[in-house]
Amino acid sequence: MSRLAKDPASECWLVELERPDDFDAWRDKARIFVQAGVAPASIVWSEPGASGELFGGGRAGLPLPAPDAPIVRANRRFVSLARNAALHSDPQRFALLYRVLWRLQASPRLMEDKADLDVRRLEELDKNVRRDSHKMHAFVRFREVEDAQGERYVAWFEPEHHILRANAGFFVRRFANMKWSILTPRGSLHWDCETVSEGPPAERSDAPDGDPTEDLWRKYYASIFNPARLKVGSMLSEMPKKYWKNMPEAELIPDLIAGAQRREAQMVAAGALDFEDRPESLAAIARAIEGCRKCPIGALNNQGVMGEGPQGAPLMIVGEQPGDQEDQQGRPFVGPAGQLLDVHLAKAGIDRSAAYVTNTVKHFKYVQRGKRRIHQSPSAREIDTCRWWIESERAIVQPRLVLAMGASAARGVLGKTVSITKARGTPITLEDGSELWITAHPSYLLRLEGEARDRQSELFDADLAAVKTRLDEMSC
Amino acid sequence: MGAPSIIERLGILADAAKYDASCASSGTAKRNSKGSAKGIGSTEGMGICHAYAPDGRCISLLKILLTNHCIFDCHYCVNRKSSNVRRARFTPQEVVDLTLSFYRRNYIEGLFLSSGIIKSSNHTMEQLVETARILREEHDFRGYIHLKTIPEADPELVHQAGLYADRVSINVELPTDSGLTRLAPDKDARQIEGAMGKVKNDVIEAKDARKRFRNAPRFAPAGQSTQMIVGADAATDADIVGKASRLYDNFRLRRVYYSAFSPIPDASAVLPLKRPPLIREHRLYQSDWLMRFYGYKPGEVMQATEADGNLPLDIDPKLAWALKFRERFPVDLNCASREEMLRVPGLGVKAVNKILASRRHRTLRLDDVALLTQSITKVRPFICTVDWRPVMLTDRADLRALLAPKQEQFELFTA
Ligand code: SF4
Repeated sequence: MSRLAKDPASECWLVELERPDDFDAWRDKARIFVQAGVAPASIVWSEPGASGELFGGGRAGLPLPAPDAPIVRANRRFVSLARNAALHSDPQRFALLYRVLWRLQASPRLMEDKADLDVRRLEELDKNVRRDSHKMHAFVRFREVEDAQGERYVAWFEPEHHILRANAGFFVRRFANMKWSILTPRGSLHWDCETVSEGPPAERSDAPDGDPTEDLWRKYYASIFNPARLKVGSMLSEMPKKYWKNMPEAELIPDLIAGAQRREAQMVAAGALDFEDRPESLAAIARAIEGCRKCPIGALNNQGVMGEGPQGAPLMIVGEQPGDQEDQQGRPFVGPAGQLLDVHLAKAGIDRSAAYVTNTVKHFKYVQRGKRRIHQSPSAREIDTCRWWIESERAIVQPRLVLAMGASAARGVLGKTVSITKARGTPITLEDGSELWITAHPSYLLRLEGEARDRQSELFDADLAAVKTRLDEMSC
Repeated sequence: MGAPSIIERLGILADAAKYDASCASSGTAKRNSKGSAKGIGSTEGMGICHAYAPDGRCISLLKILLTNHCIFDCHYCVNRKSSNVRRARFTPQEVVDLTLSFYRRNYIEGLFLSSGIIKSSNHTMEQLVETARILREEHDFRGYIHLKTIPEADPELVHQAGLYADRVSINVELPTDSGLTRLAPDKDARQIEGAMGKVKNDVIEAKDARKRFRNAPRFAPAGQSTQMIVGADAATDADIVGKASRLYDNFRLRRVYYSAFSPIPDASAVLPLKRPPLIREHRLYQSDWLMRFYGYKPGEVMQATEADGNLPLDIDPKLAWALKFRERFPVDLNCASREEMLRVPGLGVKAVNKILASRRHRTLRLDDVALLTQSITKVRPFICTVDWRPVMLTDRADLRALLAPKQEQFELFTA
């Protein structure tokens, strides 16, 4: 500094660069300035477009290096960073490059000092430029156009820094046999399969407008996205909005996000059990319960047992769960309890084949004892899980009267536990207008003996008779 | 009803591919089309993500299935035989045309092709190979190709795939053999690993051959990878990390991808009711990083798991490990080895490199470290510098609570 104070004539040098991205020109000049001992504060670097007068009348031209000036040193790390940083749009970049170059002469290992502010800024510029170049490689979208010379691919892109020329090679290597142009507000590049030529800055309207392939691409973009995993933040950090306007797929983003949130909300509203839409036919239910593992019973070695009977049956009879024989035959009420039920139904004058007969829980719950499978009662949770299927069956069969046999069946239909003793004999009207009648389960009768069994059988018959009467009333 | 149009089928077959986690197009041989008579495409080592989907994942390849018809019935798979999804199929030529027209517009880096199994494993594999063949031989396509191979297919076909593709992958599907038996009854763990072993040998042989003959054909220069579904069975993170590290060792995999089981339409009900939190998948990827870049042994990652065998969800595995081994801290940044510094929660590989470079020039103070790291608050409790020494870590029972990131708000999107 003191040297300059003694020599006011050399106070300030003005260096005008012809191109904003011309690192080599900067380097040639910078070398001379260093050799002439001109300190960083005494040079104003200006690029085309910036007016030199702004800085006051600095001296143009180049200083004369001292005859004994040592050669200028810069390590490879500096050169590679500087070459890239020179493409940055920061007007101060060349000054920074020069300052670091200047300091490198005295401290050759400066680049290693990552805590140094100049070094950090240089690295930052380099990083921004690399990122911008990377985004250009990624986000340039060509559109196909036909002209007199055949097909040509044209893209419009808005880089943040002076990276266009530096990245020509990438596109040449990739699209060597394709005629293409990349138009930007900072200039344009054209490739005719042999040479690259440069053109003036372009406007968006110079680029073509659409390409039918974009519909396919948008379809792909919308379909490959998994709405169950919305992560908008990470998308935005990699694909900032400023790039969106030139990417045909980006217009879909708001709707994709809104749609995903809606679907997520629906799932939450549907509660913990995210069953799919209700099956539309009994056959579909049969298929679905075969693979159903919504509760642990389904994972036992057993098969789903579907209800049986005509769709539209006025009476639906609901038991507890399939037993060993039902599981083996895949049909409801074929074991001992089913046989007993048949006897009582006949007595009451109810035609089983006109009724729809099913179970609360669709799979056989058991524990294995040696070769035998011992029946286990389903838990309330299992019953509640399996309700989905009973409800689906009811929705399709649409019985006018539902006869629930046993506490499990009552819970399966009502969704809450009721006492058989209290509930039997009085119908409960269900939401869809049908009536629920509750009685004991025939297997309960099977477990009793003697007088107790007789008494319960009578009660059971009485319930069935009442059901029969009610059914007759309903049918006329 | 006529046959669905290309665009409809693209929708169906891309939709069917979206559960696959792998997307990367990196790590292959450098190629370009300059000087070739009709070729198109290039690879420059690092793959490029051409777009990002709102699920945060990058789109670098046209990832589709050749068909989503399948003769298998794997419960976690949306394409299983018993599922009700709409079916569609492409011919190899149609996939080729799509790939090229997307590639020319710079939408993608290449193709990632997988398929449901139709007719037979061999038939399916032939179709996959044929697609890659047309691209490479008829169009001299020099972009990236990833083929998902069918383990049951004839090894010769898998070998062919590796000659055309940059990368081949074979899904192990589930972390445990019992999970596989239950959820993918048609698949066989031994066969899958057998196929991986074969690919590994092919890769090694081709590399050897290239050392001796310049023109020996390349075989899957980007190596092989695999994918495991997380959260569909009861496997713990410790099981999963163990499985992954065995796979890395035995088959020299480039990557193991984790795909959090996500609710699929028409889900088979053997699957759990809820999807596992995505964060679990994230933690597994973090643990993968620890092993690949930070020198953690699989056993050490497992030490970071909690009593139930799973990695904690509220903090990352590195922090979890550090909290369990507090006696290893604080690390003095002015003299510690690289390995020791890599164990400090919050210090990444880059930061450690910067610290190593800078400390040759100055004795680091806390302010210097703050300039070199992302977040000094995270790092501070685990390090010392000339002007800083944390209170004894062991004294602070609440350290975990202090360091766990605050529950983030649901990101609301304003478009
Ligand atoms: S018992 Fe019912 S809920 Fe449980 S698995 Fe079988 S059908 Fe599904």
